[in-house]
Amino acid sequence: MLTAAELEALRISVIVAGESVAASLPVAVLVAWLLVRGRFAGRTLLDALVHLPLVLPPVVVGYLLLVVFGVRGPLGGWLYATFGVRLAFTTGGAALATAVMSFPLMVRAMRLSLEGVHPGLEEAARTLGAGPVDRFVSVTLPLMAPGILAGAVTAFAAGLGEFGAVITFASNIPGETRTLPLALYTAIQSPDGDSAAARYAGLSLCLGFTGLVAAEFLARRLRARFGP
Amino acid sequence: MSSLEVQLTAVRGPFQLQARFSAPLPGVVALYGPSGAGKSTLVNAIAGLSAAIGSIRVGGLTWLDSARGIDVPAEHRRIGYVFQDARLFPHLDVRGNLAYGERRARAAPQVIERKEILDLLGLDPLLARRVHQLSGGERQRVALGRALLAQPSLLLLDEPLASIDAARREDVLPYLERLRDAFALPMLYVSHQYEEVLRLATHVVLLQDGRTLASDTPARISREPALRALVGQDGVGAVLDVQVGRVEPSGLASVRVGSGEVRLSHPSAAPGDRLRLHVLARDVIIATEPPHSLSVRNVLAGTLAELVDESAEDVLALVAVGDEQLMARITRAAVAELGLRAGMPVWALVKAASLRGHVYSRPAAIREAGAGADTSTPE
Repeated sequence: MLTAAELEALRISVIVAGESVAASLPVAVLVAWLLVRGRFAGRTLLDALVHLPLVLPPVVVGYLLLVVFGVRGPLGGWLYATFGVRLAFTTGGAALATAVMSFPLMVRAMRLSLEGVHPGLEEAARTLGAGPVDRFVSVTLPLMAPGILAGAVTAFAAGLGEFGAVITFASNIPGETRTLPLALYTAIQSPDGDSAAARYAGLSLCLGFTGLVAAEFLARRLRARFGP
Repeated sequence: MSSLEVQLTAVRGPFQLQARFSAPLPGVVALYGPSGAGKSTLVNAIAGLSAAIGSIRVGGLTWLDSARGIDVPAEHRRIGYVFQDARLFPHLDVRGNLAYGERRARAAPQVIERKEILDLLGLDPLLARRVHQLSGGERQRVALGRALLAQPSLLLLDEPLASIDAARREDVLPYLERLRDAFALPMLYVSHQYEEVLRLATHVVLLQDGRTLASDTPARISREPALRALVGQDGVGAVLDVQVGRVEPSGLASVRVGSGEVRLSHPSAAPGDRLRLHVLARDVIIATEPPHSLSVRNVLAGTLAELVDESAEDVLALVAVGDEQLMARITRAAVAELGLRAGMPVWALVKAASLRGHVYSRPAAIREAGAGADTSTPE
């Protein structure tokens, strides 16, 4: 079965990916809504900003996070001084780096599904007496649900494998930020780590495959609920 | 008697709508005009879904008064809106769709009862269905029920039958007639189908190129020159709102038209019923002396009021029969041969076989309306 180190890497991977999804989900819903339904001046800029992590080298994202969220950075310094929270070189920091990297994927999926929601349905809700928040919660959100789910699953799967941004911003600390890919990388670096590396790779493969099957299963359930 | 008073300007891209009309309520106000006339823009402005400047008053309520800075948001206007494409919520079943507006209208005066609506629209068997399992006609019935359960003070219907094939329209039309007659619910009905308008409307607003051309009863609107161009040659004719007098055992009903009488057979007409007749110009014949030895039984004596040029060959003869007016399409050759001119006495012969009539009872006289089938009289 799995060794203690493997279990720990698996546990940290799941925590990091899970935390990153949980933290970015509400923000991603809001951003997707702004990008599809919003009519404001900076829309194109926001769109570009959201997609930036897709085109930047992950190391650059990690570096920028260090600059901003490091203990001496403007936001990181404030967080540390006010709440005593340190993100750099912690599990939370790994989750933040992962969230930023997988954010475009998440927004993309939600945006696609929101574009498929007929604005006329929100108008219909309006004529039936539903105010802005009410119709968002009772109509828009449930109709976006497949996209939200798809976005969350994709971001979680991608989050399990995030490497560059995590190792730059959160480093490679066993039991703290050493996720599966980082453990695999460490194994490759060590002279006698061949078999360990192969086991980590196999574990990643199984995890990815399970994730895909689960996503497909959930998508089918939702399609059955919403009709063709 | 309250009324719907609208005076507004709405802009949608390059299109500008200027509407001004007043219509008595309760009743069915039909917005009639060709595609692109601005009907949907006007309805959306009244609903509060698109911006407008001007004023909208419904009964004692003011929804829009730009001068006083009043613009009630759509969600607070208490409208029921039945869209052309139904717009049912796909994530809810029929029951959930019906409850959506109902739940949000708890504070409103409860005029319409759930059970009544479910019975009227025959919705009980559909309650557990998902939206995608409904036919076009069923969708519109659910949409209608959903709008009604929101306790609307005005029901807006934007071509609710346009997305349903002609055969299925009969599934929905009788329900609308019953709503008009049994619930006396104020309705604004958008259509480019003149037949639908004649069947439902108590008041017609003519709309073309973003302007309201006329606003009056269907009978008086039928005399508008602008209407003739809209309905096309085959639709031109007089609209007469008449009351059924005697009904013979054979089923022949007599109705008064001006100073004369017309007999027609109607499957469900009873004495006292109000009927709306559409007497097409192509079905009326003009005689300059009382006719003898003809199979036509419906002969109305009147005065030739006006001759209107219609096309290169045809002339439209407007015949005053008491307070009513009939129209007859005749050829120029006939005008010349008979020496027809305005002011002379004429006899209008109505081919009763083509008389179309719809029962429409005023709210005061509630009665199961026999879904106005075409009527014909054996001659």
